[in-house]
Amino acid sequence: MSEDSGHSYALQMINVDKYFGAVCALRNVSFEVGSNEIIGLIGDNGAGKSTIVKILTGVFPPTSGELYIAGRKVDFRKYNVKKAHDYGIETVYQDKSLGEKQVLWRNFFIGRNITHPFGFINVRKEKEIANEIMLNTIGFRGKGITVDSKVSKLSGGERQGVAIGRAMHFQAELILLDEPTVALSLKEVRKVLDFVHQIKDGGKACIYISHDIQDVYEISDRFVIIDRGKIVANILKQDIGRRDLDSFLLEYAHGMKDGVEG
Amino acid sequence: MKERKSLLATLAKIEGLPVLGVMLIMLAAFIITAPSVFTRPLIYMSFLQTVPPALVLGLGLTLVITAGEIDLSFPAVVAFSGFAFAWVFKNVDAAWAPWAGFALALVAGALVGYVNGLLVARIGVPSIMATLASQFFWYGITILLAGGLQLNLREIEETAVHTIFTGRIFGIIPAQALWGLALTVFLWFVLNRHKFGEALMFIGDNPNVARVMGINVEATRIKLFTWMGVIAAFAGLLLTIEINVFFPTQGQGYMLPVMAAVFIGGTLISGGLGSIVGTLWGAYIIGSLQAGVVATGVTSYWVQSVMGFIMAAAVVINVSMGEGRMAGLVKTFRRWTGSSLESGAAEIAPNEPDAALDNHSYGHE
Repeated sequence: MSEDSGHSYALQMINVDKYFGAVCALRNVSFEVGSNEIIGLIGDNGAGKSTIVKILTGVFPPTSGELYIAGRKVDFRKYNVKKAHDYGIETVYQDKSLGEKQVLWRNFFIGRNITHPFGFINVRKEKEIANEIMLNTIGFRGKGITVDSKVSKLSGGERQGVAIGRAMHFQAELILLDEPTVALSLKEVRKVLDFVHQIKDGGKACIYISHDIQDVYEISDRFVIIDRGKIVANILKQDIGRRDLDSFLLEYAHGMKDGVEG
Repeated sequence: MKERKSLLATLAKIEGLPVLGVMLIMLAAFIITAPSVFTRPLIYMSFLQTVPPALVLGLGLTLVITAGEIDLSFPAVVAFSGFAFAWVFKNVDAAWAPWAGFALALVAGALVGYVNGLLVARIGVPSIMATLASQFFWYGITILLAGGLQLNLREIEETAVHTIFTGRIFGIIPAQALWGLALTVFLWFVLNRHKFGEALMFIGDNPNVARVMGINVEATRIKLFTWMGVIAAFAGLLLTIEINVFFPTQGQGYMLPVMAAVFIGGTLISGGLGSIVGTLWGAYIIGSLQAGVVATGVTSYWVQSVMGFIMAAAVVINVSMGEGRMAGLVKTFRRWTGSSLESGAAEIAPNEPDAALDNHSYGHE
């Protein structure tokens, strides 16, 4: 069964509601991500982006609605961060993807160690694979950075590259990038976008969450726009120019289109 | 690979080496200033006899501090576990009594640690507060149970437990020194080569990262405090068996020296990185400091100040030789020594963030 439906969509979210007490954070949210598609999930602060991320990554369940990952229905009663990894969702966060004081090879395998008996880490194997990911998966040819380097020696863009490489190594069906370029310089943003291209080339799917239109526009195949807990637009890139997208979003930001769509 | 490591850069990567250096310098100073004491083996045997309980405590505390927590209850565990052992030894008349007491003491330590862990991880009490309260509580319980009295355990010298844990190997080496060393090796592997130790480092570094990477942060913290309790109980046993007596306030002098040992060893106060080997040397530095300073003949008014000075110096040396700072040091060293360390700078360059960041090229361009 999963054979059949597994390859059309990396993810389907169907009629998802999320309430915190009486406060509605998400209302009737439905969208899907193709198996090799990059979705730009756009919305202002408080629109509900991070609520979506937290549902997808298993931090909390939705109040109602369904979620399919690569065709497998998610059972929210047993869903958590570890399970999300099993389902094939990997997340790259703005600032909590990597342990800063730790060496790179540990960051690749934390929580998913390759071990000898009794839980002792197979360091040689982990370093070998980490090195392989660095060179081949994300094309990290920077001189001086090795798997023994500490994360604190890496630039912001490189850190996101490592997190993306890790996600790809663990056979992610869908990589969630949660505002990965906030607080980065333009040059570093460039690096991150290059890494995201590698996701596409690697045949994987991706949700790129941001409120920076410029990044999102370049990288995405399709835009899902969310405003005050509702999806207000779902547009293919070929159907809208950057300028139009920009002004469309501005209208929402100014509340001019409040409640027009459902 | 044209990678040639300079000697100094390679040395800097060996864990605990700066602290070992500090210890050797200190011992050299003592040998010069108090040759009559420090050129004879007796003083060293005495260190090997007295330092292990503090070392064992320091090793456990290294794990705790690496995970970004603190445990102030360990002195009380030394007393409480000592009482558990002494009580069984005194009240059970059987050949296996010392072993039963030994086991009960470890269980008592685990209990204290587990409760600490629950308070910290489940209820969310900051560990400094939870374990401070715990220290008062368990000292209180110990005094209550012991009726405030000490217990003489002289008969223990005839038991196998005494021989195994605090006997003299070949008639000279105190067995507890070897137990301390064995625990050092074991816990080094736990921290640096086991997934539990790696989880501790990430939790100490940033608990949110640990959490999103699928580590059960709460369960790991409970496990950590439980282990700390067991380790502290082991230290209490080494002490009680060595001195043949239990007294209800035992362990009280350990708090600050043990912490000093851990920090001198190079474990980060902010968590995330810990040095087991550093703690080994740190414990012996702290443990030999007072005897050494006294032996040098400094007037007793000066002893404390000199100790404080040496501790501060140890930390300063350790910090300045720590991660990343070696780059500067190697450069300076090269300047001093001319070109004798020629290849040194090239390998160090990667450790300089500014130089390394800008020059990467990527596969995708």
